[in-house]
Amino acid sequence: MGSDASAVERAPSPWAARSLLRRLATGDEVAHLVTLIFAASIIVITSLLVYQLWITSAPSRTEFGWKFWITRTWDPVFEHFGALPFIYGTILTSAIALIIALPLGLAAAVFLAELAPRKLSDTTAFLIDLLAAVPSVIYGLLGIFLVVPLMRTVIGPAIQRAFGFLPIFSGPNFGVGFLTAGIVLAIMVVPFIISVSREVLLTVPRDQREAALALGATRWESTWKVVVPWARTGIMGSVFLALARAVGETMAVTMVIGNSPRVAASLFAPGYTIAAVLANEFNEAFGTIYRSSLIELGLVLFLITFILNGLARLLILAAERGGGHAS
Amino acid sequence: MKKTILMVCLLLGLAVSLGADSTVLLNAAGATFPYPIYSKWFSVYHDNHPDAQINYQSIGSGGGIQQLKAGTVDFGASDMPLNDQLLGQFSFKIIQFPTVLGAVVPTYNIPGVSAELKFTPQALADIFLGKVTKWNDAEIAGSNPGVQLPANDIVVIHRSDGSGTTFVWTDYLSKVSQDWKDKVGSNTSVNWPVGLGGKGNEGVSGLVQQTPNSIGYVELIYAIQNKMGYGLVQNSAGKFIKASLASVSEAASGAAEKMKSDIRISITNAPGATTYPICSFTYLLIPEKISDAAKRDAIKNFLHWMLTDGQGMVEALNYGRLPKAVVAIEMTHLSEIQ
Repeated sequence: MGSDASAVERAPSPWAARSLLRRLATGDEVAHLVTLIFAASIIVITSLLVYQLWITSAPSRTEFGWKFWITRTWDPVFEHFGALPFIYGTILTSAIALIIALPLGLAAAVFLAELAPRKLSDTTAFLIDLLAAVPSVIYGLLGIFLVVPLMRTVIGPAIQRAFGFLPIFSGPNFGVGFLTAGIVLAIMVVPFIISVSREVLLTVPRDQREAALALGATRWESTWKVVVPWARTGIMGSVFLALARAVGETMAVTMVIGNSPRVAASLFAPGYTIAAVLANEFNEAFGTIYRSSLIELGLVLFLITFILNGLARLLILAAERGGGHAS
Repeated sequence: MKKTILMVCLLLGLAVSLGADSTVLLNAAGATFPYPIYSKWFSVYHDNHPDAQINYQSIGSGGGIQQLKAGTVDFGASDMPLNDQLLGQFSFKIIQFPTVLGAVVPTYNIPGVSAELKFTPQALADIFLGKVTKWNDAEIAGSNPGVQLPANDIVVIHRSDGSGTTFVWTDYLSKVSQDWKDKVGSNTSVNWPVGLGGKGNEGVSGLVQQTPNSIGYVELIYAIQNKMGYGLVQNSAGKFIKASLASVSEAASGAAEKMKSDIRISITNAPGATTYPICSFTYLLIPEKISDAAKRDAIKNFLHWMLTDGQGMVEALNYGRLPKAVVAIEMTHLSEIQ
């Protein structure tokens, strides 16, 4: 962003001699200015957000310091607060969601872009884009009425019969918990992955496929060894869009996760996420420390998103260097 | 004759529309639990007193308190009485006016058990502390002779969102169990020793209905409106009482004597043979000094109307009515607003 701004500042100098009227008539100057203002406003809004979170979380930061990150207690009565169970829940549920959604979404996108007839592909893509616009509370209801009962009576017991000896599948199964939240999140983010990945796969030049086929590759090989690697930057972009939605989801998660701030190894255990606790407790938070601790949780969520975004950029950079492709 | 009436009506209409400039607009914000009755009151009051309009946002008690503190609203509303520590954060004095009564009831789902269960205070506290873990524990079975209780694990369900309901429930448990008071305490959200959280009354009742062998707590109003079954709770006189609007108002009468010295007194576990023990007031928070004379008069008039005519509307919306003794106490506080 910083380099963009300086480029714009440098640009006007050769134009300075020309008449103002002429410059305005071409529209370039106006367009520069307008786009610059809008670009700058994003930085301003983000900085204000961080500033506001930083200032209003001051009482909690001075009270708990860095221990806030590793404390497991969340006690509004005795005013002792820590973020660990919420950080754990946020990362765990998002990870489950991506582990389920990525293969599902990618396979669907490959089918729609590579194998399905164009008409079917376009119709399906339209429906999938509609899914991405469904409000999250609807996914939450789907979770409560479909996923939770299934989890308690069918899926959960089946997993526990087969893998119950593993710590991550042991313990009582209430139907609500990390795994259920992860599944509901996966259902929510799959449309993002399919929609964006399909678009990216469609932009892969025909020559690439034909070249691979000409070299004797099967359809499968040309898709997985040529087309998908070519599009991987864009596919990763779709994954991080999905991740962003999963990390920040409030309503659907709070309806199915059990809302219990605990760090448990079992995926069947109830848990909590940062976004969910903010949505639940902020309205009725009495007292300075309590309120500022909730705000500090917002800051933590911001940092987590920031770190994940940074990792995303690094991954894309590494992929570009390693593969030498760019979509 | 008809013409004269028409003329008078027209003139009155004109006067009203001309007088519209002098309408007092009051902003208020706070608790969600009393929102149905508040919005009814404010609308009916505006119909009767067109010169005063009250705009109420049900953003939650915590938000109402924050806004009142910041001076962005004229008065606030809270399900939890403000203690001295919270009052100390204000730069001005606050008078708290109880408006209506609510109660919280235990609701449960045990396959094969259709009887209305009776709960002792100790049993409720120990279930929510995680000390009583099976339905056939002697603490529960002891007060329910003749009911076949299964040996299944109890699943505790509580509110996940901060709420006045949780405050009343935990305030009650703190009074009846020293262990609860020391370990958990009372607030709009607490550090629950066991259980799952559901968002709102509907979240808790949904989880209870879906989860076999579970127990949770909901607002009495919510239980009545949704025709849910709920348990009886033993009061301080040793009687098992099923919550009803009458048994809730009874609790408030029992506490009236103590409210003379401090209106904020908690009425959970109140004395009286027919009293339901888990209930509370919800409050309006009025600044003691209001510099704008028009606003001051409008607020005082509204409070007076709310304590008299307004009380007639509350039971239709399933809220508990203020007992006469409490209304009398509040009337004396009305003159303190200056």
